Amino acid sequence: MLRLRGRSRPFLPVLLLIVAVVAAVPLVTGNPSMREELFFMLLLVTLATSVNVITGYTGYVSFGHIVFFGLGGYGAFWLMQALGVHFLVAAVLGVIPAVLVAAVVGAAVLRLRGAYFALATLGILEATKAFMTNFDPAGGAVGLSFNFSIYAQYGGAKSAAELAYVFMALVALAAIAASYLVRHAKFGLALMTIREDQDAAVVLGIDPARTKVAAFVISAVFPALAGAAFFFKNGIIEPGSAFDLTRSIESLVMVVLGGVGTVAGPVIGAAVYEWLRGFLITSPALASFQLTIAGVLLLVVVLFATSGLVGVLRARFPAVREWLE
Amino acid sequence: MSALLALRGVTVAFGGLVAVDDVSFDVEEGSITGLIGPNGAGKSTVFNAVNGVYRPRAGSILFDGRDIVGMPSQRIARLGIARAHQVVRPLTDLTVLDNVTVGACFGRDGLGLAAGRRRAAGVLEQLGLADRASQPAGSLNVAQKKRLELARAVAAGPRLLLADEVLAGLNPHEVDEMLGVFASIRDAGVTILMIEHLMQAVMHLSDQVVVLDYGRLIAVGTPAEVQADPAVVEAYLGDPRAAERLMADEP
Ligand SMILES: Nc1ncnc2c1ncn2[C@@H]1O[C@H](COP(=O)(O)OP(=O)(O)OP(=O)(O)O)[C@@H](O)[C@H]1O
Ligand SMILES: [Mg+2]
Repeated sequence: MLRLRGRSRPFLPVLLLIVAVVAAVPLVTGNPSMREELFFMLLLVTLATSVNVITGYTGYVSFGHIVFFGLGGYGAFWLMQALGVHFLVAAVLGVIPAVLVAAVVGAAVLRLRGAYFALATLGILEATKAFMTNFDPAGGAVGLSFNFSIYAQYGGAKSAAELAYVFMALVALAAIAASYLVRHAKFGLALMTIREDQDAAVVLGIDPARTKVAAFVISAVFPALAGAAFFFKNGIIEPGSAFDLTRSIESLVMVVLGGVGTVAGPVIGAAVYEWLRGFLITSPALASFQLTIAGVLLLVVVLFATSGLVGVLRARFPAVREWLE
Repeated sequence: MSALLALRGVTVAFGGLVAVDDVSFDVEEGSITGLIGPNGAGKSTVFNAVNGVYRPRAGSILFDGRDIVGMPSQRIARLGIARAHQVVRPLTDLTVLDNVTVGACFGRDGLGLAAGRRRAAGVLEQLGLADRASQPAGSLNVAQKKRLELARAVAAGPRLLLADEVLAGLNPHEVDEMLGVFASIRDAGVTILMIEHLMQAVMHLSDQVVVLDYGRLIAVGTPAEVQADPAVVEAYLGDPRAAERLMADEP
């Protein structure tokens, strides 16, 4: 008889629990520098996990994915600054521009295949950045910044930073849960079918246009929320930091490093990448080579371990196989 | 019985090449129709027209009385036309079970994931692929991939199954098995339109045989009628071995 259930292990709760426990540490110890570091790591986990939905599951490499982080950041920031909207409300509303761009532009560019789609996403990122640089209501090239008093309604800058941190952690957890649910839903099966052979998918009854746009929208939501939290905490937003191509590419590197198309891969990839960077920049001899080393690492993975760290772990330690998806 | 599928003057052209030329025939509900003809006759192109991959230049294709020309392939699939391709198209990184589940979840029956998995498991048993369920489809050999292709189409619960050279490359024992599979699919109420080069198989299974040559329909009838048709023998003379096989297979 066939064993229909491949996942007899509680993979998702365990993964969420690990992330939640790690995220809770700086709240318990009250260590602000650790909180800052983990904020950034949770941000990277969110970005990598999200881009994995369109790139890993669906097979569409989204180079410019950071555009959604920037749009969410700008949307929420403007609402807070200009209209005095509360952070939590602004963060949720800030998702709207990201989702609109994902749906409308996605419907157009997701017709493109392979390298053309990847290039189109770069175009979207650069065009959006150029637009925001010249868009005066959003502060143009200078961007927007908070008057420090805005944090008063949250009980001061420190509690605001904590609020942003907790929010970021919840967004990361939600992104992981969404990634898992997509992966194990009928919808995820449609995405993977499109990735494997789009022409076959159509003949099998899948509507690729609608399915891909839905995946793109889902992959845009969490970066947008993360952008809101990031810039709320920073108190300043400008096009360079909101639409940073390097960060966009780095999140893809993390996905590849951890394991493309897996749930745990982007999480592990983001954690390892960020840990490695932290290690490199504190070492005086290596600091200026951190991007070079990251590049070499990427090459090694692409050439010798195409299924990433998750693949290596699964092959090396059969015991963890059923725990890692 | 009534025609589940009816082609009326269907013409498909690629630039100047008319691959299917004014072809008309009916496929009765619950029957098996064999579509035969020499290489390049336009058989696979007929399938591509029926399931919306290519749009005919002229003619209409009625499925259950409704013209489906111009409909996108995914809608045609959901109406109940499933296809096993001549050149197999496994979803290589997905498991065999997931491949077949795709058919069950997105085809005519549009099952939920759990029900789709159960359906897929049943179809894999039926097609003798159950022990391969959890391995990646890319790791199957060619004969197994052929069966997977058929399993995926059958799992959709189609009303019409388009089977394009599913028997090609199988050994005689496997062919025998598949003939049984086809008969049981038909007995389950699925109408089958099959392209085959194996004359013995076509003649044995089919209620009706349609013969194409250079895109044109040259004969339609029972296996016995078609085998006795001089135009058919003539068409196969270009391929003496095929002609020989055709002549050797008296029903
Ligand atoms: N996409 C296409 N573009 C151009 N020509 C095509 C295309 N598809 C098929 N043809 C041509 O149309 C003709 C019929 O091809 P088709 O694949 O339908 O033949 P067939 O009867 O299935 O042959 P076989 O038995 O070899 O599978 C051939 O001459 C083929 O080269
Ligand atoms: Mg063919």
